[in-house]
Amino acid sequence: ESKIEGPASDEDLTPYPTYCEVCFWKCAAWAYVDKSGTIRKVIGNKNDPHCNGRLCPRGTGGVGMVYDEDRLKTPLIRDTRKDGSQYFREATWDEALNKVADKMKEVKEKYGPEAFGLFNHGTPGGQFHHLLKAYGSESNAEPAFANCRGPRSSAYFSTFGAYVGSPENTDIRDTKCLVLIGSHIGENMHNSQVQEMSDAIDKGATIITVDPRFSTAAAHSNHWLSIKPATDIALLMAWIHVLVFEELYNKDYVEQYTFGLDYLKDHVKDMTPEWAYGITTIEPEEIRKTARAMAGAAPSVIIHPGRHVVWYGDDTQRGRATAILNALLGAWGKRGGFYFPEGVSVPAFPHPHFPEPKWTWKDWNEGRYPLATMGITTEALKASVPRYNYKHQLKAWLVAGTNLPLSMPDKRLFKEAADAVEFIAVMDTMPMDITGYADVVLPEATYLERYDALRASPNREPNIALRMPAIEPKYDSKPGWWIAKQIGERLGLHDYFNYDDYSEVIDWQLKQLGTSLEEMKKVGVKKYPRKSGPLYLGDDEDFEFNTTTGKIELYSVDFADHGFDAIPKYTKHPEPQPNYYRLIYGRAPMHTFSRTSNNPNLFDLMSENSVWVNPKVADLWELENGQEVWLKNQDGAITSFPVKVRVTERIRWDSVYMVHGFGHSNKKLSRAFGKGASDTEMVTNVMVDPIMGGTGMRGNFITFLTEDPVMEGKEVKA
Amino acid sequence: MRYAMAIDTKKCVGCGDCVVACQTENNVPHGYCRDWIVERVDGTYPSLSLELRSERCNHCDNSPCVRCCPTGASHIEEGGIVTVTHHKCIGCGACIQSCPYDARYSHPDGYVDKCTFCLHRVQKGQNTACVDVCPTKCLYFGDLDDPNSDVSLAIKDRAWKVLAPEAGTKPQLFFLT
Repeated sequence: ESKIEGPASDEDLTPYPTYCEVCFWKCAAWAYVDKSGTIRKVIGNKNDPHCNGRLCPRGTGGVGMVYDEDRLKTPLIRDTRKDGSQYFREATWDEALNKVADKMKEVKEKYGPEAFGLFNHGTPGGQFHHLLKAYGSESNAEPAFANCRGPRSSAYFSTFGAYVGSPENTDIRDTKCLVLIGSHIGENMHNSQVQEMSDAIDKGATIITVDPRFSTAAAHSNHWLSIKPATDIALLMAWIHVLVFEELYNKDYVEQYTFGLDYLKDHVKDMTPEWAYGITTIEPEEIRKTARAMAGAAPSVIIHPGRHVVWYGDDTQRGRATAILNALLGAWGKRGGFYFPEGVSVPAFPHPHFPEPKWTWKDWNEGRYPLATMGITTEALKASVPRYNYKHQLKAWLVAGTNLPLSMPDKRLFKEAADAVEFIAVMDTMPMDITGYADVVLPEATYLERYDALRASPNREPNIALRMPAIEPKYDSKPGWWIAKQIGERLGLHDYFNYDDYSEVIDWQLKQLGTSLEEMKKVGVKKYPRKSGPLYLGDDEDFEFNTTTGKIELYSVDFADHGFDAIPKYTKHPEPQPNYYRLIYGRAPMHTFSRTSNNPNLFDLMSENSVWVNPKVADLWELENGQEVWLKNQDGAITSFPVKVRVTERIRWDSVYMVHGFGHSNKKLSRAFGKGASDTEMVTNVMVDPIMGGTGMRGNFITFLTEDPVMEGKEVKA
Repeated sequence: MRYAMAIDTKKCVGCGDCVVACQTENNVPHGYCRDWIVERVDGTYPSLSLELRSERCNHCDNSPCVRCCPTGASHIEEGGIVTVTHHKCIGCGACIQSCPYDARYSHPDGYVDKCTFCLHRVQKGQNTACVDVCPTKCLYFGDLDDPNSDVSLAIKDRAWKVLAPEAGTKPQLFFLT
């Protein structure tokens, strides 16, 4: 613990450029280091479009990631005692790296390199993706696709021939009408979006929020539509109906840029607000009023595509419905709608061609989910379990920066897969739930202690950001690039890692981009002029979209060709049985998934989650505020830990709500262990999206257990 | 000169960034805070309202904490900023009891601590750490005597309230409603 009392003067601190890794928004910042070598604070870089000088609580509290005394400190190797029990023993880097490299060699000889899979997330994941490709495998998957934003990627690509990206190309700062459907900006702390929504409020934009929960965004909205869960597509189609049949759509835009209006018109003719009322419980007049508000603001209107959109298995189609609305309103490519983003293309550091794998992640799917653009994590798990009999099977895993037990639905599948594979290596900064499954644990230095790949996310202005170490890695932790290179060297892949320090790679890349490491150390962020043209479409400008028809597809030719609905349909989804409530989960602004629960600064802000229960339901069950309950779901799964009840009007009577990412089962997390419950444990029913393999998780229902359910199988992992 | 703060409850999302920024800026120990978030829900589903407020010391004009301090550790700095001189504080806690806003806490090192409006920054012409970090820009700081300061402009055309006006402390935190 630091003995420093009181605030330090900025003049006594040295700032080092970084970009944040506490979430995926990757805001550029300065880490301020004092003379004793302690990072005192992390402050946003004013020139960075991701944060405009203002980090979110997680970025501000990122310093807690460095000084968390529970960090992984040395490499660990699983060992077995004489009595058969297992434990982790400390190991040298040499021993740990040799063990990983030896296993990779063995897998390559026995099964081929493709059988070595990678689960990854975030920036360090890229280093291991590089290692795997050099080794001969493209068997990689990240939860961020099929467990999160994948459906919207397929939806927007099929409609506009473009992705919405990260950060999304939503022009919120200039919008006149922002529609959030199951997207809770402010609780999801996607920094520049939160900032721009605040600017939009200042400028008097109309905000329409659709959510069964009275979210923070709903509270700041002009219209809150308290929709019955699982009925969103009906509302979206009714909005489309109003725009089309009241002729409120942007006629010139639709005429010039879109394909399929006649099909759409025919498709939605009976999907009236009165039809939707019976499904969604939203009054027809409210549906009309909000549709007219959107049309009145067009083209400066955004139906937000959302981010975590895997709900009911028809999520790509729901994404399509929002994309079609945006198209009818003429919002794509218009100020206050969606801008055209542009990124800097960072040249790859020279290395030999990657070997061609015999099969990749695409082959696990065996023809299922034809429009998946990245590896599907649940398919990777199934490919690891022999009884699924996949033609291409995984035999070993590398897990980099993703806490699978809390990020994957269907825990039984995860455990079966983790037990089935021969070997798991985990790289992380913290002893997460996943590290308990590892054969080898590789302690990574935190983002404030390492160089990493340049950030070059597309934005309004193309830009790059540098991450460099503010301090030396604490304990015996090492940067991800170093770990990947060391394994690569042991595999004889030196030519793919032809540098001593990653700063050489960055400096070489920066020189190709007309700058240098020296300059970037001073500025942190560098912006470049746009080369691709203006941010928006000009009036009547000719434009060819990257779709089959070259137009924005209201009717998706690609979907029709693959045998999917060319225009979205509403499908009724299962409803809770008596005494069961739909589990809705979401984010808190001070935490990122399960990775920050133990961060001392962020733990101070929120130490556990609660289960939100409507007062009517609480009365029925005689539940009191703060009372601990266990949750049981429709398949009999029970939470490992109790969770406190929060009695609140902010949730509907047919649903409960929990913040995701709590209920850690690793005792080495001295603060977060056993605090709150894991929503993921309650997600055993997964509704898979046939288009791209998204794992719909909102079809799970829970009931309350007020007594400690001591039962077999309810194990707590040490 | 009269320093004050305005908090726009229509924009605050209750993220707690102000709390962490204060913690790292002022080296507030883990488990303690000088500012905090209050959430208030009114109504019945679905006719609801929610107010989120970032709260801290109100730097009152009529400050009971200063009046009751037996050693003079609690005092008022230039611009009306209420602070505690740590080495003069005996940790008796009278000020903690007297504050209607519960804005003070006992620091583990034995003195009473609280928000200083980031005096060390304000003296250099900077904003407080919480104002500078807020992602929704819902916090405004400045000199009430200057009609063009951020805080004066923020409250000029907006409805606002103060907390516990009945306590007669003349608080200097204005919550825009």
